Amino acid sequence: MKFLEVKGLSKKFDGQTALDKVSLSLEKGELLCLLGPSGCGKTTLLRIIAGLETADRGEVWLEGREATFLPPARRNFGIVFQSYALFPNMTVRQNVLFGLAQNKTLDRAERERKADEALEMVDLGPHRHKYPNQLSGGQQQRTALARAIAVSPAALLLDEPLSALDAKVRARLRGEICRLQRAMGLSTIMVTHDQEEAITMADRIVVMNNAVVEQIGSPRAIYEQPATPFVAGFIGAMNFYSQAGGLCAVRPEKLEIDRQPRDAESLSARIGWVEFRGASTRVYARLAQDGSEICVDLPTERADQLTIRENDRVYISVAARHVNRYPAAA
Amino acid sequence: MALNLGKKAKLLNLPQLAVMITLLAALAIILAGPLACLFSKAFMDNGGGFVGLDNYRRYFGTPALAGSIFNTLDISLVSAFFSLCLALAYAYALTRTNIRGKTFFKYAALAPIFIPTIVHALGLIYLFGRQGLITALGFKLEIYGRTGIILSEIIYTFPQAFLMFHVALETADNRLYEAADSLGCSPATKFLKITLPGLKYTLVNVFFVCFTLAFTDFGAPKVLGGSYNVLATDIYKQIAGQFNMNMGAVVGTLLLVPALISFLAGGLAEDRSTLTAKSTRLRIKPGPGRDAFFFIFCVLMTLALAALVLSLLVGAFTTRYPYNLAPTLDNFKFNISTGGLASYFNSLKMSGLTALFGALFVFIYAYMMEKARGLPWPKKAGRLLAVVPLALPGLVVGISFIFFFNSPANPLNFIYGTLAILVLSNILHYFSVPFLTATGALKKLDREIESVAESLNIPKWKTFLQISVPLSWPALLEIAMYFFVNSMVTVSAVVFLYSPGFKIASIAITHMEEAGDFAQAAAMSLLILGLNLLVRLAYELAVWLNRHLFLKRKGLP
Repeated sequence: MKFLEVKGLSKKFDGQTALDKVSLSLEKGELLCLLGPSGCGKTTLLRIIAGLETADRGEVWLEGREATFLPPARRNFGIVFQSYALFPNMTVRQNVLFGLAQNKTLDRAERERKADEALEMVDLGPHRHKYPNQLSGGQQQRTALARAIAVSPAALLLDEPLSALDAKVRARLRGEICRLQRAMGLSTIMVTHDQEEAITMADRIVVMNNAVVEQIGSPRAIYEQPATPFVAGFIGAMNFYSQAGGLCAVRPEKLEIDRQPRDAESLSARIGWVEFRGASTRVYARLAQDGSEICVDLPTERADQLTIRENDRVYISVAARHVNRYPAAA
Repeated sequence: MALNLGKKAKLLNLPQLAVMITLLAALAIILAGPLACLFSKAFMDNGGGFVGLDNYRRYFGTPALAGSIFNTLDISLVSAFFSLCLALAYAYALTRTNIRGKTFFKYAALAPIFIPTIVHALGLIYLFGRQGLITALGFKLEIYGRTGIILSEIIYTFPQAFLMFHVALETADNRLYEAADSLGCSPATKFLKITLPGLKYTLVNVFFVCFTLAFTDFGAPKVLGGSYNVLATDIYKQIAGQFNMNMGAVVGTLLLVPALISFLAGGLAEDRSTLTAKSTRLRIKPGPGRDAFFFIFCVLMTLALAALVLSLLVGAFTTRYPYNLAPTLDNFKFNISTGGLASYFNSLKMSGLTALFGALFVFIYAYMMEKARGLPWPKKAGRLLAVVPLALPGLVVGISFIFFFNSPANPLNFIYGTLAILVLSNILHYFSVPFLTATGALKKLDREIESVAESLNIPKWKTFLQISVPLSWPALLEIAMYFFVNSMVTVSAVVFLYSPGFKIASIAITHMEEAGDFAQAAAMSLLILGLNLLVRLAYELAVWLNRHLFLKRKGLP
């Protein structure tokens, strides 16, 4: 039995379609990322799952029971919002305790123990008597996380939890959230527009665009076999070109450059410019056959070996299994 | 897959819906009920029969009555124009020059807000009347009639106009002025091409607000009008003098016209000026000549307003101005016949209750409109309903309340003639501004706080009491103060609703003035002014304490 299932959800706001027949499922203990550009409907989907919004059509099932119209409080989800929504007039500890206070089965001492435990888990022990506005962005984020996990939720819903933070803090918290999520075995849905975040953290990714699901799969599958041109273009760098009435997509690092044609499929090209990127070197080239631009990522070592310069004539080849083919767009 | 509409009912939060409906119904009853009565009365004869436009025909057929319309238009236009010019210059001085004493000037400009409009007129009599302080210096001005009313309306509308200009001029994008400087524009060009266009909406709004206030003011024409009739005094004569309710209703509907026009003309349009996050703070360049000019202007304005208060002091503390200037406190021993000191405490009681219940009602109302989950239509209706009172003159609130609550058929008839109806009329009359204040304060709170609380199973009332209320203290206090100060000085709404057994101070002043007890009226005005200043001070102190004792400690701004 799936932990959570979403079946054919549709939602419109003032005539604008936010979700169009969206279905997905979440396994117990899994971290699922909803990834897509802003306005693709991913936050609306999360809010419907949380019960904060109602769908026009479709169903939400929770542990085998229909939960489409269950109020948020009865779904037992811990939610972390982009803005954290901490109670500004309460200390870190009071924030966590305020949520726990609703659990009438626990006595005061137990609630306090649980709060402190949650704060320890996110390393906020020393800061527990501070107010939110006295904390750094990362600490605020972890407070929100502690508040959400303290109530022992059945699942965690994270709405762009890291997007308000600077790059370094973000990278560290990414690891922390993953560690916590695995340690607690918490089924988690996280909304993000950051593909790197999704690829590094998720067990599975749901790529969304224009209110529909484009693809659901493991980070590797999404990266290596993107199901649609949108997914191919949205995640990582991608070369697109037309061939035999269809659209082909291939990753820059899968292409090879040689001075001589490698096989009959190798294409002749002229080097545009060369960009040093540290461990790798990106080479922009123009295909001789139709003048389309293509970029190739080479290990810098290999680029040095080739000693390529602007305007050099080279041959580009790729193994057939690395080429993703799509029917031509209508 | 079936449409979810039918099942949505399950998700409806019943207590929330109940609160929402109660609030909307409460406001709708005290707003729409009386107004409906007013409009129906305007089209009926004394017996309650429908007469179509007959009342209007009679009204416009009576030259003395129809003439009031032109008088009212005349004084409203002239006073709105002067008020706008003076307030613009005053606000400009306080926001765009380097004069000293800005805080002092700002508070000085607000002084007229703290006294009933009747007292502005009283002050003018003390200054320009036959035995006035300024008349004695040889400067003669015919204060009874048009000139006096216009002067009084300018004093009345100046603080409102000033506040609106102050807000608009306070913020500006310095980059525009820098760009103009780099293009070599003269100060005059900059004012005409940058400052004024930025004020477009404010100018229109200020004019409409001043015009409407002067159009519907009762206090000044009551005292200074004499034979110069305006709509506000007509309505009073028709209702209180001749008991001609239908004609009163006709005048009442006429009083609504300016607000209606400004509404239709989009006069209350929103300012769509484009201040972006990138805008830089305005830096005021040195300009000694400019500063000197505006400083002198501000001093003169302040002196003029101070003279008004000063004249009250002279009147209140001398034995018999201008014949016997010996200092005395006898004027504070008020005659029982005109209301006595009891009226002062009655006012205090009424204003206190208005502040308490008004603040509670407005805040809960605004909270539901802002933070309730779902219910888009009730919210829309509620917001619309909340700004309607902005267009209602006090006199209209007053007479429509009579029509509505005095009807024996009304189950709420029992509150007629009690303190409750006074409080209710004040809450309705002054509802809109506090509503906007509360909404503004609530909008600043993270809108996901309610979502988080809900997901944590925290009841709504608990979130409201433990999060929203503590975070909105300053706004709540401001709202309570606004209700209190305005209830202390209002005449127009309550003049029709007080009962002889429960006279309030602002009405007592009217009666003292009618009885010729000017000194007592001045004394009572000072008591009101004193109390209002005290309340204002208490508010400022509370906000300051809140900031320094609580907010700072919590790292809040």
